[in-house]
Amino acid sequence: MSSGTLWTVVLVAAVGCYLLKLAGLSVPAAWVERPWVTRVVEFVPAALLAALVAVQAATSGPALVVDGRLAGVAVAALALALRAPFIVVLVVAGATGALVHVLAG
Amino acid sequence: MSADRTATLRDAVGLGLAVGLYGVAFGAAADAAGLDVWQALVLSAVMFTGASQFALVGVLGAGGGGLAAIGSALLLGTRNTVYGVRLAPLLAPLLAPRGVLRRAGAAHWVIDETTAMAVAAPDRELGRLAFWATGATIYLGWNLTTVLGALGASGLGGTAQAALDAVVPAAFLALLWPRLRRGFPEAPVQRRVALGGAVVALLLTPFVPAGVQVVAAVVAVALAGRPRPGVAVSPGDGAAPRTRPTSAGEADS
Repeated sequence: MSSGTLWTVVLVAAVGCYLLKLAGLSVPAAWVERPWVTRVVEFVPAALLAALVAVQAATSGPALVVDGRLAGVAVAALALALRAPFIVVLVVAGATGALVHVLAG
Repeated sequence: MSADRTATLRDAVGLGLAVGLYGVAFGAAADAAGLDVWQALVLSAVMFTGASQFALVGVLGAGGGGLAAIGSALLLGTRNTVYGVRLAPLLAPLLAPRGVLRRAGAAHWVIDETTAMAVAAPDRELGRLAFWATGATIYLGWNLTTVLGALGASGLGGTAQAALDAVVPAAFLALLWPRLRRGFPEAPVQRRVALGGAVVALLLTPFVPAGVQVVAAVVAVALAGRPRPGVAVSPGDGAAPRTRPTSAGEADS
């Protein structure tokens, strides 16, 4: 992706996200607070964030792969379950990824 | 200054510091996805909503196209529209006909953390204070640490790059985690939707252009079923955990 295209993506997405915020303060509440609208909005983050975890940890291009990233995420999940601070979660995930990289040569 | 105001400001600053850690992770993820420092900074300064920013660079980092990246960022940004509706009565003095500029300014800071802090405040005045103090602290910290992360990540060697590759999905998981934890509204349903989203994305990966599977995963929302009366959108994850600075996953409010 060229630098110009990348800038376009960055700016369009940034302005779009800002307009979504502004809309909330500007439109009548009844437009947004319909049961099915709030229902969908409530669950969109779970679906998308989980999809991103899966894609970032277990795919490379069109292929499904198992490598240090998946090991790192597994360790991160364990750390989160033990209520570790965010920085600890990232550090143990990174250390695991690096370790697998070194061991796998 | 009253004790309530002091406590509100202290919480706001604490939250800002915690969010700063996410800014480092975001800056590093943006660098890994091929964005330069300026592009990472523009995202933090203009988009200023963490989950959408992470999604954008996540899709680009996976080799995805611009439309898929924009789509995933906007889908995650819809939360903030609902938050705006919730905050409008609180910020009402800003929203008078002559307050167009102030409304435009306030809208910029409508995110998970400012909403959570504002609606949890004991009264409207403290709610407004919480909104502005949390917004200002997070805005400063988030942009500063974005630059640090982006600069720090550039020029990493092979092993450090492998570490960063594992840090990025771990950061997404940390964003997701509070929603799945017991105590979050309808946590079991959230877990079902999350699992569905991950499965849909992995199944589609071999067959669709990179990034499209992330946007398509939104169909998993159907697993949530019909609306139930009286359940409202909760300010949850997003730019950062709505947590005390000491713990990534602990829900505050």
